[in-house]
Amino acid sequence: MMFTVIIGVYLTILIANMGGYVDTIMRNEIRDNTTQAILANPNYRSLSTEAKAQLIQTKIATEINRLGLNQPFAVRSMRYLKNALTLNLGRAINMKSDQGSKEVRLILLERLPATLLLTGSSSLLLFFASVYIALSLSRKYGSFWDKIMIAFSPTSAAPPWFYGIFLILIFAAIFRILPFGGLVDSPSPDNPLDYGLSVLKHLILPASAVIISSVFISIYNWRTFFLIYSSEDYVEMAKSKGLTPRDIERRYILRPTLPTIITSFALMLITLWTGFIITETVFLWPGLGRTLFSAIGFFDTPVIVGSTIIYAYLLAITVFLLDFVYALVDPRVKVGSGSGGSK
Amino acid sequence: MSAFRNSIRDLLRYPSAILGSVIILFLLAVSVYALVTIPYGEAVRLWRGGEEVWYQNPKYAAPAWFNYFSNKKQPVSFKVNSTDGSMLKTITPSSDPNISTVDITYSFDYAYDGVPQELMIYFTSQFKEKFSFVSVSWITPDGRTIRIADMAADHSLTFRFSQDQKLQKRLKTEDVMQAIFVDPNSPTQAPLKGQYQLVIAGTTFEKDATIDAEFVLHGELFGAAGTDKYRRDLLLPLLYGTPIALAFGLLAALGTSLLTMVIAAAGTWYGGWLDELIQRITEVNLVLPFLAILIMVGTFFSRSIWLMLSVTILLSIFSGSIKTYRAIFMQSKESSYIEAARAYGASSSRIIFSYLIPRMVPLLIPALVSSVPSFVFLEASLAVLGLGDPVLPTWGKVINDAFADGALYQGRYYWVLEPAILLMITGFGFAMLGFALDRIFNPRLRDI
Repeated sequence: MMFTVIIGVYLTILIANMGGYVDTIMRNEIRDNTTQAILANPNYRSLSTEAKAQLIQTKIATEINRLGLNQPFAVRSMRYLKNALTLNLGRAINMKSDQGSKEVRLILLERLPATLLLTGSSSLLLFFASVYIALSLSRKYGSFWDKIMIAFSPTSAAPPWFYGIFLILIFAAIFRILPFGGLVDSPSPDNPLDYGLSVLKHLILPASAVIISSVFISIYNWRTFFLIYSSEDYVEMAKSKGLTPRDIERRYILRPTLPTIITSFALMLITLWTGFIITETVFLWPGLGRTLFSAIGFFDTPVIVGSTIIYAYLLAITVFLLDFVYALVDPRVKVGSGSGGSK
Repeated sequence: MSAFRNSIRDLLRYPSAILGSVIILFLLAVSVYALVTIPYGEAVRLWRGGEEVWYQNPKYAAPAWFNYFSNKKQPVSFKVNSTDGSMLKTITPSSDPNISTVDITYSFDYAYDGVPQELMIYFTSQFKEKFSFVSVSWITPDGRTIRIADMAADHSLTFRFSQDQKLQKRLKTEDVMQAIFVDPNSPTQAPLKGQYQLVIAGTTFEKDATIDAEFVLHGELFGAAGTDKYRRDLLLPLLYGTPIALAFGLLAALGTSLLTMVIAAAGTWYGGWLDELIQRITEVNLVLPFLAILIMVGTFFSRSIWLMLSVTILLSIFSGSIKTYRAIFMQSKESSYIEAARAYGASSSRIIFSYLIPRMVPLLIPALVSSVPSFVFLEASLAVLGLGDPVLPTWGKVINDAFADGALYQGRYYWVLEPAILLMITGFGFAMLGFALDRIFNPRLRDI
């Protein structure tokens, strides 16, 4: 698992450095740091401008040597890999965190909670709503609602931001009942309760956009699963034993299908991560995706590379978590027996 | 061939398949029309053109068909020109061979409930030394004649009604449009409906001198699709975006699914380290942030749509579907017809391409059709992030421009909705056809 992440991050670095951009980031950082250190040092204040410039040049050269920027690429890329894995992502060119820091790590970590709030809430809601609706539809196979759901399933071809546009249009622009975007009202309320409510109000539209874009296809797929499994012999057997439909569903249909469903949910979640970047942009949600978007605007290469690495981490964590859940629900996979939880 | 005919017949049993196919055929027809009527270079020139190309169009004009749905009729923009005969031009020579009078008139019916944004006349005049002279007057439906301007026409001269200070002074108001379209005695201050006439009386003072005029009315509405912030006719990106979206979607879907299939087949057939390697690559690819990498490539290297297309295909080959294909290939690898092929000494590549892959075509086709929308939307998503191809007019670009200008906030819904609805239609067309195909080719799903 860890190995996969390392290779993933390494590939990301390779792609980023194809144009020598990581090198540029490093050189710029060294230049900034050394120049500032020398200009701020009171011991050097008495030196003339030329002497200072000379000193800066030599210092930069030593620093580049020390950090191994003139080493062959294979060696250098390993160093970058170590930096990336330890989240040592360098300094941004133009962007700043809200605290005013230029550390890419701080800029990105500051945005992380907002992204996690949006992804977490919407994907959990999506999962439980889909399972619940799919189960109840499989019970009433061929009914009116069942047909409606099938008819709607092609709508999942569109990504969340696309529905976001329509939701903004309807609820923000025409009815003006929900905000256009952002995380909280401005100015933000002091009282924590009001603050929470305000965030909740802003969360409704982006979360619904995400849910609408995926709910129909997952209901359709899972309903099909449930239908296939509910014609198994042991389900018929349970029915003839006179168990309640609730028990049959929980113990005889949901239990064996859950691992498959979780796998398909994992794949969907991985595609959704991509969708969140633009959803955040469309809803002005101050998360990682929006930071990445503004980094494109500023052409802030360290931030772009940094957020790509963070996204790689997030994806890996998602895969890991779902592996873990998989092991919990599937008794055939034992936790600790090698596969699954090997971190 | 008869199998093919059977599939077509099966397909026609599904209304969603028929609707999907009709939509796809329609989009193909639009693409062909767009590519034939607007050559590539011309499309790029128009799309990148500024004021000099689009001066005849108003800014932020909604489409003209808005009037059909509204009680309050908004003025629709138009332009007429004396060179192509849409304005009446008569030349009367006088007794002096050097002097002749040129009368250009244009009458139009105005039945709208609002005044236009602006009226403009672009004069072009040819002469050697002596300037031509023009005087412009305006005749309202109730018969009043308003003197607009008298001036010497240079080789080219632009006259804007609202910005002419002499006219403002003469009409004693800064709102020229209000003054020339509204009866001063009317209590409602609504524009007078009826036939207006623009009369340009010109005089030339040289033998071969000419005067021509182009009259442009900037209304609140324009054409079939409206215009954007830069006065560009939105019909251009809407039309031209169709072939681009289809090409991107189809090429990406075709490339991805074919390559995935070949790699999965090769992996299962040869087994061993190759299979292992493919599986590991798939796992790594799962944690690679696809869009973020595309963004990185777009920012650092090039935003060309072809580069984006190749990176998209590269990153999508090792997707989850490789595992599905692998499972099925594993089964068919053991079947007796493969054994027969092996017995007569078929080479590995022959077995892969002639025996293993053709078996998968029924699975491949629905997957291919269903994956087209995601790639069409991907192209739009990139454009929305500002990473669209810099020279091509695409649907995503229009949405991006609209968002950058706060179109939803300002109530210019048409600007966002037109490309969005086209995207939606394209997506649904392919998705519906894909669903129906899936049911036909996977009989297990047919009765569910």
